Amino acid sequence: MSPHPKKYEAVVIGVSAGGLTALETILSALHASFSLPVLIVQHISPDAESYLPQHFATRCPLPVKEADDKEDIMARTIYFAPPDYHMMVELDRSISLSVERRVNFSRPSVDVLFETAAEAYGDGLIGIILTGANHDGAAGLARIKQLGGLTIVQAPETAQANAMPRAALEATQADHILTLKDIARQLNALEGAL
Amino acid sequence: MSMPEHIDNERLEIQLLLEAVYRKYGYDFRNYACAHTKRRLEHRRAMEGLGDYSQMMHRLIHDEEFFDTVLLDLSINVTEMFRDPWFYKKVREAVVPHLCTYPFIKVWHAGCSAGQEVYSMAILLEEEGMRERVQIYATDFNEIVLQKAKDGIYPVDLIREYTTNYQKAGGTQSFSDYYTADYASVVMKRSLREQVLFSSHNLVTDGVFGEMNVIFCRNVLIYFNRELQNKVLKLFYDSLCPGGFLCLGSKETLMFSEIADKFEVIADREKIYRKKRM
Repeated sequence: MSPHPKKYEAVVIGVSAGGLTALETILSALHASFSLPVLIVQHISPDAESYLPQHFATRCPLPVKEADDKEDIMARTIYFAPPDYHMMVELDRSISLSVERRVNFSRPSVDVLFETAAEAYGDGLIGIILTGANHDGAAGLARIKQLGGLTIVQAPETAQANAMPRAALEATQADHILTLKDIARQLNALEGAL
Repeated sequence: MSMPEHIDNERLEIQLLLEAVYRKYGYDFRNYACAHTKRRLEHRRAMEGLGDYSQMMHRLIHDEEFFDTVLLDLSINVTEMFRDPWFYKKVREAVVPHLCTYPFIKVWHAGCSAGQEVYSMAILLEEEGMRERVQIYATDFNEIVLQKAKDGIYPVDLIREYTTNYQKAGGTQSFSDYYTADYASVVMKRSLREQVLFSSHNLVTDGVFGEMNVIFCRNVLIYFNRELQNKVLKLFYDSLCPGGFLCLGSKETLMFSEIADKFEVIADREKIYRKKRM
């Protein structure tokens, strides 16, 4: 172990097609003591009732909720971006929502979350790109890397849709390329190092 | 220069830019949500090929047309007719019955953008038989979008979506009764426009607008920081008659504000609140 273990402060996850299964693998495997906040953009139909928080509430040992505007980001909590809103992180580590136009044809957009979270958390951020059939999140992950954060991409050959992981890997040199199970293991391990 | 230092400097430049905009043009974005403001400015700065925010500030000070462009960038004008149809349905069920008991009512759409929700409410009130008993005020700080609201002209390709929303919101007529179609656009019926007074008003810098029975301000507060949200919510409180209704966007809440206890929740999911009679 290095003499100065890196202190991570938050995790952001971007995921699209195939996301429900992928998220389930990771979220259900997190330790109940996992203390970092996790902010998630899952692409979802704009007029869908948000079923994600309810869906994961019973499948994850940590509290899960849909993000409210201007709420403080709390430890040990998993936040989903609401359908049809962008989710952004402010410098004071609170959440802002927005209905500005779609980015990468998406609202919520992974890039919007990742780019704002990167500026708020700098090298204290862990960014993860999972399965998806588009390019959203690639620029955001590159920004996280640029600002010193840790970048993880689901191994494309293991993704239900590999375009999103591939685009992320083209945009930046990820620190880890892992299977879903290993991503969960890695998160628990990083947390254990705190 | 290290990355964190670069970002700190950038933040400083943005603050100075917003200060300059306020002093030169009187528009105050200093208490807008930072992440949002930065994204919008970044978008314009990159498009114009400006090296940094100091250069952008210089251009803003000297080029009024450029300022108008940035002003549009900073005001989000994403909206639609009967946005969140379930919200309008609830207005019909839970708000209108109370309004019907008044001989005359005033409705204020604060931050009305291009007017889609203004016409939605005008249609709803007409169908509820309140046409002769209502005055609607529609305000926005941006003159360009306010003029669009006044004109009531919308692209025809949006009409299908608007019609679906109207039906889901419990509309009782045919939506096509409310506009005349041209080739590429539709014009809202004149009688709807006549119910509305459009005027310029800035929630950040201007004061109480008048005593209202209903205030709509949907998806505007999310662009403000907490301090400014509180200030504007107080303005709404002061502008409502006792028993008046406040309608916010579906992800906006009074819950965390200083005036939370001065309102009762009428519909939680729809974010409809009612000013208590003290």
